Amino acid sequence: MAAFALVDCNNFYASCEKLFNPKLKNTPIVVLSNNDGCVVARSAEAKALGIPMGVPWFKIQQEAKRHGIVAFSSNYALYADMSNRVVEILSSFSPNIEVYSIDESFLDLSGFERSGYHAYGIDIRQRVADWLGLAVCVGIGPSKTLAKLANHCAKKKLAGETGVCDFTSISPAERLALFERIEVGEVWGVGRKIAARLASMGITTVRQLHDADAETLRCRFSVVLERTVRELRGVSCLDLVEVIPDKQQIMSSRSFGTLIYERAELEEAVASYIARAAEKLRAQDALAGALQVYIRTNIFKPEVPQYQRAMTIPLTEASADTRVLTQWGVRLLRRIYRPGYGYHKAGITLMEIVPRTNQQFSLFAPTGQVSGRNDTLMTTLDSINRKYGRGALRLAAEGVTKSWQMRRENLSPRYTTEWESIARVWAR
Amino acid sequence: MPEMSFPLDAQPGVFIPLSGVPRLALPIDEVRVSAGFPSPAADYADNRLDINEYLIRNPVSTFFFSVEGDSMQGAEIFDGDILVVDKSIRPRHGQIVVAFVDGERLVKRLYQRGGRVALLAENPNYPPLEIRDGMELLIWGVVTGKFKNFGA
Repeated sequence: MAAFALVDCNNFYASCEKLFNPKLKNTPIVVLSNNDGCVVARSAEAKALGIPMGVPWFKIQQEAKRHGIVAFSSNYALYADMSNRVVEILSSFSPNIEVYSIDESFLDLSGFERSGYHAYGIDIRQRVADWLGLAVCVGIGPSKTLAKLANHCAKKKLAGETGVCDFTSISPAERLALFERIEVGEVWGVGRKIAARLASMGITTVRQLHDADAETLRCRFSVVLERTVRELRGVSCLDLVEVIPDKQQIMSSRSFGTLIYERAELEEAVASYIARAAEKLRAQDALAGALQVYIRTNIFKPEVPQYQRAMTIPLTEASADTRVLTQWGVRLLRRIYRPGYGYHKAGITLMEIVPRTNQQFSLFAPTGQVSGRNDTLMTTLDSINRKYGRGALRLAAEGVTKSWQMRRENLSPRYTTEWESIARVWAR
Repeated sequence: MPEMSFPLDAQPGVFIPLSGVPRLALPIDEVRVSAGFPSPAADYADNRLDINEYLIRNPVSTFFFSVEGDSMQGAEIFDGDILVVDKSIRPRHGQIVVAFVDGERLVKRLYQRGGRVALLAENPNYPPLEIRDGMELLIWGVVTGKFKNFGA
């Protein structure tokens, strides 16, 4: 029988922050999204204070101060490194693993039932805690959907307090009794919209969805929901997605820390986004056939003049050369830029991405003679930036001051990815 | 890539060398060269020494901390040293550890005997730190090594 585990880090971002900072042990903390906009993660203490997920930080700032809540900007370098460490540990528990998100992974446990899945889950939990100081919950079930639901039970302590919930080791009757107590919206793939429609049909609990007629659901919703029901019944329909397919589009966009009025500053922002995206493009050894640039004002401020515009051009010859892409990007921006507006966001998208090996040379563009040297230059650029840090070597178009950069006022040090930022210990 | 097309005036059957010959780089271990005497060292070829391998046993669970202060001089840990800390090692009596005590990150030698838990300095100017009930103590990880870059 198939068996899957979903391993999920508890309050991942907040836990990473606490890991290196002893002053935060029992402090409620929240982590904010880009530009310190909304709460995207909360420590257990912050959850207990009733701080909701996704709430704009400015709305709760006063209240937070009263409660002594400490807010952090998203420290992606730290979270990504810790996430990779977790995945490395999980990989020693199963050869087949799907990294589902920065803090969740599916493991195929088929063949590991000898010591009992529950005990195996306990081992996983213990090792991540011992080696990294992070708490995880483990949900185990005969399908991915059930593993995800079991993880919910483990986290909410609906079936024991070990942090591990194994649906394969509890009886079907017990499982159904548990399903009666869980709202249907908790099921993987049942979003708020579907949950509302199900409710109108009288389906509000997982138990009711489990018992529903799969055929009817397929007709009224989709084959996806039908599959969800089968998965709930223990029939595994979804395999692990082990290899992430190469991206068809690479996007890079940000909201600015402050509104931008000047074209020159927008150009710098666009050039930086292109540099990042082109680096990703080269990392997957691909070329982009088209480029889109867009800019917009702050749509959340209807009282100020609004403007937004996007423009795409196909490139005469697919490219991964930062200089070529930047040239076109800047040209596009000049076409769509209108003075007099306060711009809040800009972004670029690389499209029509093809593997370098499929490169189609242009019939008309002057080609061939320099592209070999370009590759070398871009490879050198990437390796220098890998060694000395992102943006160490860049086109002048990206600018030097970057006043448009996002606001990250409460950023903790990059404890694990930068020598200058490692934590200090007192010898005293 | 150099120009690859033939000059228009090339005679059929006459090979004209390209002006810029494309070069192909081959990794050396894939090319067998037998010329002259075999290197007397070939049989002893080995991987070059790697400092990571020397200092780090378990990379996944290893973290670095920098030291501030002189209380661990006796253990050859000096101000500015970088500590190699392995979180996967279960801390035992006598080991040097990074510990979180009452909101501070410390490096100390762990004393754990006969019900007494203390964090000891390696410098007579610093008294032992006795861990009493009600104190927050977390042994964060075990120090397995240290290093320093003189920046010369």
